[in-house]
Amino acid sequence: MTLAAHSHAAKPLRKRIADASEPYLYSAPALILIIGVMLVPLVLGISYAFRDIQLLNPFSGGFIGLDHFRALGQDQAFFRALRNTLWWTGASVFLQFIFGLILALLLDKPFAGRGLVQALVFLPWAVPSFLAGLNWAWLFNPVIGPLPHWLHALGLLDAPNNILSDPQLAMWGPIAANVWWGIPFFAITLLAALQAIPRDLYEAASIDGAGPVQRFLSITLPFLAPTIAITILLRTVWISNFADLIVVMTNGGPADRTQIVASYIFTQAFKRLDFGYASAIALVLLVLLLVYSLLIVLLRQTMLNKG
Amino acid sequence: MKSKPVLTILHRLAILAYVVFALFPLFWLLKVSVTPNDLLYSEGVRMWPSRTSFDHYAFVIAHSAFPTFFKNSLIVAGSTAVTVTILASLAGYALSRFNFKAKYWIVALMLITQMFPLVMLVAPIFKMLSPLGLTNSLTGLVIVYTAFNVPFATFLMQSFFDGIPKDLEEAAMIDGATQFVAFRQIILPLTLPGIAATLGFVFTAAWSELLFALMLISGNDSSTFPVGLLTFVSKFSVDFGQMMAAGVLALIPACLFFLLIQRYLVQGLTAGAVKG
Amino acid sequence: MASIDIQSIRKSFGAFPVLHGVDLTIQDGEFIVLVGPSGCGKSTLLRMIAGLERISGGDLLIGGQRMNDVPPAQRGIAMVFQSYALYPHMTVRQNMEFALQIARMPKAEIDKAVENAARILQLTPYLDRLPKALSGGQRQRVAIGRAIVRDPKVFLFDEPLSNLDAALRVATRIEIAQLKEAMPDRTMIYVTHDQVEAMTLASRIVVLARKGIAQVGTPLELYERPVDEFVAQFIGSPAMNLLAGEIIATGAETVVRLDGGGTARSAVPTQTSDMGRKVNIGVRPEDLLAVSGDGLFSGEVQIVEALGEVTQLYVARPGGGAHIIAKLPGIHPDLRHKTVTFGADPAKVHLFADGRSLLYR
Ligand SMILES: Nc1ncnc2c1ncn2[C@@H]1O[C@H](COP(=O)(O)OP(=O)(O)O)[C@@H](O)[C@H]1O
Ligand SMILES: [Mg+2]
Repeated sequence: MTLAAHSHAAKPLRKRIADASEPYLYSAPALILIIGVMLVPLVLGISYAFRDIQLLNPFSGGFIGLDHFRALGQDQAFFRALRNTLWWTGASVFLQFIFGLILALLLDKPFAGRGLVQALVFLPWAVPSFLAGLNWAWLFNPVIGPLPHWLHALGLLDAPNNILSDPQLAMWGPIAANVWWGIPFFAITLLAALQAIPRDLYEAASIDGAGPVQRFLSITLPFLAPTIAITILLRTVWISNFADLIVVMTNGGPADRTQIVASYIFTQAFKRLDFGYASAIALVLLVLLLVYSLLIVLLRQTMLNKG
Repeated sequence: MKSKPVLTILHRLAILAYVVFALFPLFWLLKVSVTPNDLLYSEGVRMWPSRTSFDHYAFVIAHSAFPTFFKNSLIVAGSTAVTVTILASLAGYALSRFNFKAKYWIVALMLITQMFPLVMLVAPIFKMLSPLGLTNSLTGLVIVYTAFNVPFATFLMQSFFDGIPKDLEEAAMIDGATQFVAFRQIILPLTLPGIAATLGFVFTAAWSELLFALMLISGNDSSTFPVGLLTFVSKFSVDFGQMMAAGVLALIPACLFFLLIQRYLVQGLTAGAVKG
Repeated sequence: MASIDIQSIRKSFGAFPVLHGVDLTIQDGEFIVLVGPSGCGKSTLLRMIAGLERISGGDLLIGGQRMNDVPPAQRGIAMVFQSYALYPHMTVRQNMEFALQIARMPKAEIDKAVENAARILQLTPYLDRLPKALSGGQRQRVAIGRAIVRDPKVFLFDEPLSNLDAALRVATRIEIAQLKEAMPDRTMIYVTHDQVEAMTLASRIVVLARKGIAQVGTPLELYERPVDEFVAQFIGSPAMNLLAGEIIATGAETVVRLDGGGTARSAVPTQTSDMGRKVNIGVRPEDLLAVSGDGLFSGEVQIVEALGEVTQLYVARPGGGAHIIAKLPGIHPDLRHKTVTFGADPAKVHLFADGRSLLYR
């Protein structure tokens, strides 16, 4: 009896400790990895921005304070890249969103073969980004690709040339590839949100005499708004960091016309092996993106407070 | 609601346009890869060559480092997918089933990792891995890719676990199932779609990664597909047929995987979206 | 031996107390119904008995043995969840077999138990279906079947009928009553917020309120002798009417002058010291009678609900406030907008001081 009483008294404590540590045990491996391979390098990367780090120069490594940032302030290539980033991100996100939304609306209506169509139109997402880049570079190549010829036939191009080597038009190449590649992401996310809208709301609205446009404006859009806001925010951040397509298709050229900040960082790190300067640029990009996210969140907050 | 036939036709046409837009680039890749060299320029914009050949494929497989790239990528993407899925299942389960103090910090940390430019990590990671002998090694790549993919995969798995009512586990407990039996017979079968989606998602992501593969690997022996293909492109930049054949081959595993799991992926995102 | 002893059981979630000090003894073979407002801890108490929720303090004994730290499967209980909690990837048969297979029962016995339960619950034709191919009522019966096959000493039900429509709810309620009759020595604990389920099924009802037990008793005890205003208003539908007043005569019969003007006689005895005490009298709607001459109160009938066998009248309360509800047998369409005087048999008039019934002190 005493023995039993004793074991009863001891068990809950041990069990409670075991229970309390369970979630930590489960999440520890993932956390350790994230901290070790992402957070620590991030902190290191921030510190590199204030140091002279050149891979092939054994005498580098010293602290140089804000020198990189001073250099950055004089770096015309960086400011060009910044402008290009705005252009690249804005156009890509806008087009992906518009076409993604239309696709989601089209797929939200039941029809025979919807499953198959869904699999096919979402397929570009599975295409490795570098391959998407190569693929579109080839499509724009007049030697083997049809696009220049078609654009010429439509009167959009004076001659069937490669737009990727035309400084005025080059940026449209990676943007086209990015839109093709990114539509599925928007479509999937928006489709998921669309399917979460209760059907009877539409029925109630049509009984109230609302036409399709009114239904879209007064039900669909408000319901989608939170998803749209968060998706656009995340995608904007993500796309301004996304250098793969540009590195593969134009490598920033011609004449730096398609160099965005992310690919510029990559060029500095990979081609010049100047990690310190690359980290300084990355830090500036990070700060800009944080400010952007913060602004969006604040804007949303004030709009919510007003509404 | 009655749907007007005109609208229905417009709807189907729009869908068709999207399908064509989505598939045309891939179709073109395939078309050029089976066009014999002598027809490549003379039939440049024809939809399908008058004669097809698999010579490009034969060349790529037999006379390039392609099989090595393929094998390396398979190893890297496969190991990453499996590791990430295991880690993300554990973490996702913890986030879904437990209320613990650090939960919000963990979620915040994982969200933040989705925000910052990964390019920023190139240099520090290189500096960290090189004394460990993990640059130029597939293991190093797997570690890096695993870390990059764990946060999103964790959220994905969490949304799947959230979809399994806690009642089921409790019912199993009352039925006398041990934690292990409950996991194997109740949770696992019900999470299978989630696991498939996560595996597929991570596999595709790791299969496609280019920047870190370029930075951390030099030399053909441990190059992955993206890097290999890029070098291949610069080396054989005149032979489009061979490049595209290599491209088609690079595409196959990712697309197969995607077609298998896309249904679950949409499901998983739906579950996530419902919660907002 | 399935008596259950709940000894000063406490429960808090973090710093948030849900139950403080519940004491309850349940005999072998009883049908206990737990009722109480939403969020008062009914499910929590049931889940502590099941072993799904840690007990923060006190002891739980089943069959005389302390069960606080015994895993659910070894407590000799089975539970039917509100959501049914059927395993979605298993057929009806597999759902019912699951516990028995884990207990390593021989195949032949498992089959016998499952087929027997299926027959009782009329599930035989559906044994090889998945839960998603069943109707709500059938799923509910599978959940009950899953409990039956294990032949537990104690059945726990958490609002098992709340997801069914009205007709099905009545039918299933009767099935549960028959099930209990067929198993007289099994103890059942049943959580509901449905009055009728509580009154018809229970051998004893436990009313939970604000973190503890308000009253335990047979359905009629609770109906006739509620311990306080909370129980009085919780049991019975529509709820008991309360009218404020002051005691003006004490003794074997008490007289109360009501604030609205009338006087009430109650068979509840009081002492001289109670003179002048502020009280509420309580009268159930079905105990109010239309009288001529003096009564408890008079008021205009503002709403008439004809239910067929009875008519519910919503009467303006003298001095204002919520309607007083009266339930008269038969049909009375002519009473609308009339001013009616109501009285009641003194034996049916309850007395509450500071919320507590003067019957108990
Ligand atoms: N896991 C939990 N964590 C925190 N609070 C809980 C938890 N479960 C229940 N509660 C709280 O305990 C109280 C009682 O809940 P419950 O027993 O479910 O009530 P009900 O009587 O409606 O079944 C409620 O206030 C509820 O919010
Ligand atoms: Mg409850």
